[in-house]
Amino acid sequence: MQTTAPERRQITAVSRPSDKAFQGVVTAGALSAFVVLALIAGFLFLRSTEVFRTFGFDFITRSKWDAGSVEDARAPQFGVAAMLLGSIIVSTMAMIFALPFVMGTSLFLEYYISRRIRFVLVSILDLMAAIPSIIYGLWGYLVLMPYASHWAASINKYLGWIPIFAVDRENFDASPFVASLVLCLMILPIASSVTREVYSRAPQDQITAAYALGASRWGAIRAVVLPFGLSGLVGGMLLGLGRALGETIAVLLTLNLVFAVKFQVLASAGGNVASLIASRFGEAGPLELKALMAAGLVLFVLTLLVNFGASIIVGRASRSTK
Amino acid sequence: MSISLQGTIGRGEFERSLNLSVADGEVLAITGPNGSGKSTIIHTIAALVPLRSGHLESDGAMWDAPDSKQWVAPENRTCAVVFQDLRLFPHMNVIANVSYGLRAQGVSKDEAHSRSTAVLARVGLSLFATRRPSELSGGERQRVALARALVVEPRVLLLDEPLSAVDVVSRAALRELLPEVLGGFAGATILVTHDLSDVEAMATRSLGLF
Repeated sequence: MQTTAPERRQITAVSRPSDKAFQGVVTAGALSAFVVLALIAGFLFLRSTEVFRTFGFDFITRSKWDAGSVEDARAPQFGVAAMLLGSIIVSTMAMIFALPFVMGTSLFLEYYISRRIRFVLVSILDLMAAIPSIIYGLWGYLVLMPYASHWAASINKYLGWIPIFAVDRENFDASPFVASLVLCLMILPIASSVTREVYSRAPQDQITAAYALGASRWGAIRAVVLPFGLSGLVGGMLLGLGRALGETIAVLLTLNLVFAVKFQVLASAGGNVASLIASRFGEAGPLELKALMAAGLVLFVLTLLVNFGASIIVGRASRSTK
Repeated sequence: MSISLQGTIGRGEFERSLNLSVADGEVLAITGPNGSGKSTIIHTIAALVPLRSGHLESDGAMWDAPDSKQWVAPENRTCAVVFQDLRLFPHMNVIANVSYGLRAQGVSKDEAHSRSTAVLARVGLSLFATRRPSELSGGERQRVALARALVVEPRVLLLDEPLSAVDVVSRAALRELLPEVLGGFAGATILVTHDLSDVEAMATRSLGLF
């Protein structure tokens, strides 16, 4: 029997005015985020062009931050290396501290308690996200820092032979360690919220399959929930990293800003780009203001790179569990 | 090991009273139309859903008795399930899927690997150990699910429509393999099916739920 393929049909659909209007609204909403992002990038780029033209790549690799002085005939020098490295160190430490809490909180809320208690605890956790940064900063400075300094001293005493735990002077206040503990608390709500949401969507049939093969609850979580939720965990942690990298006032209160590249995380000296901008913005002259804009641009690019890398990791992780 | 269930399963219009027992070496086939509670029996025995009333016991040990608030967790019941939709772990390869139950019970990695390899050979999948479930045919996936249940050496094997998700050719091959495997299985087997050919090929006794 000979068969012939049917002729290709032209399918047309006439959109109603309300459909067109709705499409326009959602398209505008989606595009506005990109437009705002582009405007911020363009603004920072334009304002910082002169700084990059003057200092070139040295702006990224040098640590000295000096507005210069006409009286002393001292030329201005701006370099963001120490602050940039400080931001990365403090944020990375905050992520490391937060990771077990994020995983533990998410799993506990999703798999170990009743729905009613979960509702109460989730509300409290969400409330933590609404606390202003300044409150975290003040609490970190007034309450946490004395304890954290004591812990830092103990770490230094027993693990001081490891270079990052060594200190030149025994002052453990306002160190990257203290700042990262405060940041850890600040990123916990958002990171836990995203992670918990993804954990809750772990395939129930595979969890029951694990039980049916003799797995305990932890066994089922390890085999099914953790691999399935990896992308959510990475996504949640990176949202937290975004907040940690950009956090200003809480870090400013709990970290002693020093314009020198330091890897000693327990020492009372560190760096943070956002806090640098906040601390210098009020008294900056025209060139220093542009240098602060350039520092902002560097932070902006760093955050974009982190998020871009995160998207790739999340994509790979979610493909591997399908 | 024998298993006996006397009581009520399911809820609302699916509620059903049952009285069944299966002895060692026996293959009890449970047949019936959709919604008759066949799969719920499997899930109840495997502790995935609780018994509504009555009692479920295995060799005198009470597994589930709502009235006296006795309930044994799934990991402490010596049974294994082959689900209708298989439920293989998609992110694990075949050998990891098969050895999962052993590892969950605390068996060492090496021993779990060697025991899993032996069971894979029994179901004819030795060459597929490093493949992911997505790289297998329906019949091969079914064999993995069977191997995964057998490797933990359960005292009660629960097969929920084991041949419903495979094509005709694979079904014929599995219908030859399953009786052979079940013949060498010392524990009690409950086979849920709506296909009378499966009953003829594998069961020693049958129970109709209508």
